[in-house]
Amino acid sequence: MDPQTAIWNAAAECMPREQLLQLQLQRLQQTLQRVAENVSCYQGKFKETGFQPGDLKELPDLASLPFTTKEDLRLNYPYGMFAVPMRDVVRIHSSSGTTGKPTVVGYTKQDLTNWTELVARFMTAAGVTNEDIVHIAFGYGLFTGAFGLHYGSEAIGASVIPISGGNTDKQLMIMQDYRSSALVCTPSYALTIADRFEKQGIDPESLALRVGLFGAEPWSEQMRTEIEKRLGLIATDNYGLSEIMGPGVAGECLCKSGMHLAEDHFIAEIIDPDSCEVLPQGSVGELVLTSLTKQAFPMIRYRTRDITRLHYETCDCGRTFARMEKTRGRSDDMLIIKGVNVFPTQIEEVLFQIEGCEPHYQLVVERENNQDKLEVLVEVNEKIFFDEMKQQRAFVVNAEKKLQSALGLSAKVKLVEPSSITRHEGKACRVFDNRKN
Amino acid sequence: MKVEQISIFIENKSGRLAEVSGVLGDAGVNIRALSLADTSDFGILRLIVNDTDLAFKVLREQNFTVSKTEVIGVEVPDSPGGLSSLLQTLDKNNINVEYMYAFVERSGDNAVIIFRFDDVDAAIEVLKNNNIKIIEGKKLTSI
Repeated sequence: MDPQTAIWNAAAECMPREQLLQLQLQRLQQTLQRVAENVSCYQGKFKETGFQPGDLKELPDLASLPFTTKEDLRLNYPYGMFAVPMRDVVRIHSSSGTTGKPTVVGYTKQDLTNWTELVARFMTAAGVTNEDIVHIAFGYGLFTGAFGLHYGSEAIGASVIPISGGNTDKQLMIMQDYRSSALVCTPSYALTIADRFEKQGIDPESLALRVGLFGAEPWSEQMRTEIEKRLGLIATDNYGLSEIMGPGVAGECLCKSGMHLAEDHFIAEIIDPDSCEVLPQGSVGELVLTSLTKQAFPMIRYRTRDITRLHYETCDCGRTFARMEKTRGRSDDMLIIKGVNVFPTQIEEVLFQIEGCEPHYQLVVERENNQDKLEVLVEVNEKIFFDEMKQQRAFVVNAEKKLQSALGLSAKVKLVEPSSITRHEGKACRVFDNRKN
Repeated sequence: MKVEQISIFIENKSGRLAEVSGVLGDAGVNIRALSLADTSDFGILRLIVNDTDLAFKVLREQNFTVSKTEVIGVEVPDSPGGLSSLLQTLDKNNINVEYMYAFVERSGDNAVIIFRFDDVDAAIEVLKNNNIKIIEGKKLTSI
């Protein structure tokens, strides 16, 4: 197969939209029936609104159903949302749960088969073939990232190196010696790897790296360009969340014009996060997902908190599924500072426009005398370090000006030493909002 | 003529200066002169050491952000008005001083001042024409 044009499951991925909508309706009706029979949380929700599964006649009727939120999952911790008995569950994963209890999700054998299929689809779309050596630097464990990509790679027939996260020097050695050709990790870890190669004086051209599949955190186009340049590979984005399945919900093809969302397995809606109204096609808003085939852990109108936009025109690659823009951040990551909406990715974009600046940054919001204050911590590096104070100050002032004009809000830039911004399992901790405390 | 100086980015928090000097001390690097320019958030530490390459290497290994700059060591009579006449000479010749600091040791009867000029070569020319003694880099680091 030509990696440029290969499609894993053309019958599904290039399905005419009319046929797709028919399939969605049929699968949605079955899903509603199943949750109404087996999940007490949904029985309660349906009863409250007087809804019966048979009431759903057309897809737009979905908009009248209640949402499922992270809070519902917490209330039903650990197994309350499962729609099958535990004897049918063959795998358990869990979200990182930085606040309170984690979320527990389960998979039946069929769920795992579907998950593997969906990962194989987006990996193929990103150019991975059975010739590739896939270097998986996501942490193996309860987190869905590593296992999802692992089984998808094996389905394609690629050779998997399950190196897991951490120990960057070892990652580098294996990448060089085992000739890894496809890199799987978070985009921020990809840059850490690039930094380390640079420090050791290793030319990325000497490596076998060809493609990179990055996900699990929002990242900008500028960051893509930077990673591609510094690691000498083609970088694509993919999307997923454990509550829905894990990676494989959506993924980019080599056209890089949005992530194809597996609409034969999920229904996507875009809502206004405040009014909760469904927004017209092409609007930016919060992504809401409904699973259509999940047996163990079906979700009806799950509020992902991810802010994005969907495009419905057929892609140049021939796939007909909706294309999801890179997430702009999470509706709960969105900071409201002095009444202005700010996403961390906007700040990343500004920093990228500054010569020599790397995207190692952190936002700290404080409230002093009832005034919100935004401080942007930026890690210094040799390209933006000047021996003369006047130049160093000018750099800071220039960055502050650029932020002011992009955000419409004044921000103080504070230079910090390299590696002083906390990184958590490869994911950078971007936001500290101290106003809540 | 020129001497290499090392500059290090330091966050304004306790103990960082001690860490830099610790790293250098452990590597057997001797600090000959230093100056610290600081703001409320960060500082730039500038050092003249006996082994610039070694200092650069060990600091980088410890994840410090380091750069090298060329500066000039000038002898100034250690008497009232010594520095003033030197600065007037520079000013008359339109030589701009970015920053300067005093060397710890003396060279004979004279004090030593480290200068960073925006145009190093023009500065050397002016100093020579006015018979002001520039100390060789090698000599400076071994005073």
